[in-house]
Amino acid sequence: MLMVPEIMDQMRRAFAIARKDIQIYYLKGPVIIFGILSPSFLFLAFMIGRNLPVDFLIAGLLGMTIFFTSTSVTPVIAPTETQTRNLERLAAAPVSITTILIGDMLASVLFGILISLVPILLGVMFGVGVAHPLVLAVAIVLAAFCFSAMGLVFSSTPTSMTSTVMMMSTMIKFPLVFLSGVFIPIQDLPSWGQALASISPLTYITDLCRYCFQGTGANYYSVPLNIFALVVFLIIFMVAAVKLHERSLPRRL
Amino acid sequence: MKNMIEAEGLTKNYGELVAVDHIDLNVVCGEIFGFLGPNGAGKTTTVRMLTGIIKPTKGRVHIAGFDLLRDPIKAKEVMGVVPELSNAYTELTAWKNLQLMAELYGVPAKDAKARAEELLVRFGLHDRKDHKTKTFSKGMKQRLVIAMSLMSDPEILFLDEPTSGLDVMSARMIKDVLQELNNRGKTIFLTTHYMEEANQLCNRVAIINHGRIAAIAPPEELKARIGGLGRLEVSFRAHVDSSDLRRISGVTDVRESGDKTYLYTDEPGMTIQHLVDYCQSGGIEIVTLHTLTPTLEDVFIKLTGDEGGVEEMVEVDADGS
Repeated sequence: MLMVPEIMDQMRRAFAIARKDIQIYYLKGPVIIFGILSPSFLFLAFMIGRNLPVDFLIAGLLGMTIFFTSTSVTPVIAPTETQTRNLERLAAAPVSITTILIGDMLASVLFGILISLVPILLGVMFGVGVAHPLVLAVAIVLAAFCFSAMGLVFSSTPTSMTSTVMMMSTMIKFPLVFLSGVFIPIQDLPSWGQALASISPLTYITDLCRYCFQGTGANYYSVPLNIFALVVFLIIFMVAAVKLHERSLPRRL
Repeated sequence: MKNMIEAEGLTKNYGELVAVDHIDLNVVCGEIFGFLGPNGAGKTTTVRMLTGIIKPTKGRVHIAGFDLLRDPIKAKEVMGVVPELSNAYTELTAWKNLQLMAELYGVPAKDAKARAEELLVRFGLHDRKDHKTKTFSKGMKQRLVIAMSLMSDPEILFLDEPTSGLDVMSARMIKDVLQELNNRGKTIFLTTHYMEEANQLCNRVAIINHGRIAAIAPPEELKARIGGLGRLEVSFRAHVDSSDLRRISGVTDVRESGDKTYLYTDEPGMTIQHLVDYCQSGGIEIVTLHTLTPTLEDVFIKLTGDEGGVEEMVEVDADGS
């Protein structure tokens, strides 16, 4: 059992891993452009020609942007470092697997939060105000943590092939977008659709965004329920990621 | 003397395969311990277990008194590790790689800067410190990886094939650094394929074969104990049939390599006399003749060859007992 000074030490080391990730994986033009353009194009493809209010569109775009950016890079770090043999370096260092994963997650969270400013600024340009800024800030941070942890689950596949991991994560991510009330409000979904939406973490951040941009009443679930759901998903993803990586790490080396 | 590395009953199974089979070894403080073995013998698996990279199926490891399984963070903090393949982050500069290591090992920032400067100078990399390591040659990368492993000034250093495939200058620099570190009291666990390197540097060597320790002893003890490996290196003016040489009294084996023929014998003096008689009677001219003592390579081949193996266990402790 680690004591408080040891936990603080491990957190400092997690920040070192996060800084390394940012320098190596995130501060790349194509990564940033992908983070912004990918959800924007998908969004435009489904929204052009439909008569929907701008605040509805921006809320959906924000949810999708956090989702795509926070899950974009974390899945490829472990396979890449398996291939480059850097993972062995980390495994030999005095850091736990949880510390390595927290480091990877922190970098992803920062990336997700920064890129999420793009749809918010876009909304401001179109005259969309934020009705509940504090809730929006909490929602963005929480969702970034949740989706980054989800990315870590994808990265636990014991392979050095990034394409394998990317294919698997895309197969899961894209259906979730259609199930989560981004394009069709949850209240308009059939009951089976609503049931499916309830098991997607994207549903809850999108619903929170609707509340924050469109005001009270635009949300389907209550704000505390949305926040509680994101926290539960975060815990589930993080625990699963740690357990899966503990199993897969020896098989990567 | 205090044991810095203690392994007891260390075993690793991969399904049905027993990669490492109940290894026991102790490395004392300030020792350079060589770990030798053919490919696939279980060297890297053993080193990975000793460094906490993978968990053993069975057995215990203590590093500087810390139980590696129960207290992995503290145990890892006292060791530096140089894995088999260079693994600096190629997208980072040499300086940033060193600083990352310092942060991972909890070295205070001020100490880290001074230490990085010192190591970059020692390893001849200072003028390239702000270059990404993807632009480095293999020798430079390996020197950097060793520098990275020294950022925390570890008490124990594990090196897996540190000079493999390097140019002479880089290999010599690394060997000099290892000797310097050892002179400062550091304990070094060196895995190598180079017998001469092990012979020169190591206080004791262990030879692993088929996942089991075949011998642990100082190099000279090993050579003396294995015995039967004295040989004559002879070069003839014209080719001589090795089957004729086998019939010379005292010769136990004959091997040819290039223009040299090696006659293995337990009695070199007597065999020289018989060889000279044989050459005189046959009108064969000897160009050169040398008496060779057994080398560590001979011991290695004897212990890891098909006829050798773990049954011929030879063990001598660090104190020579």
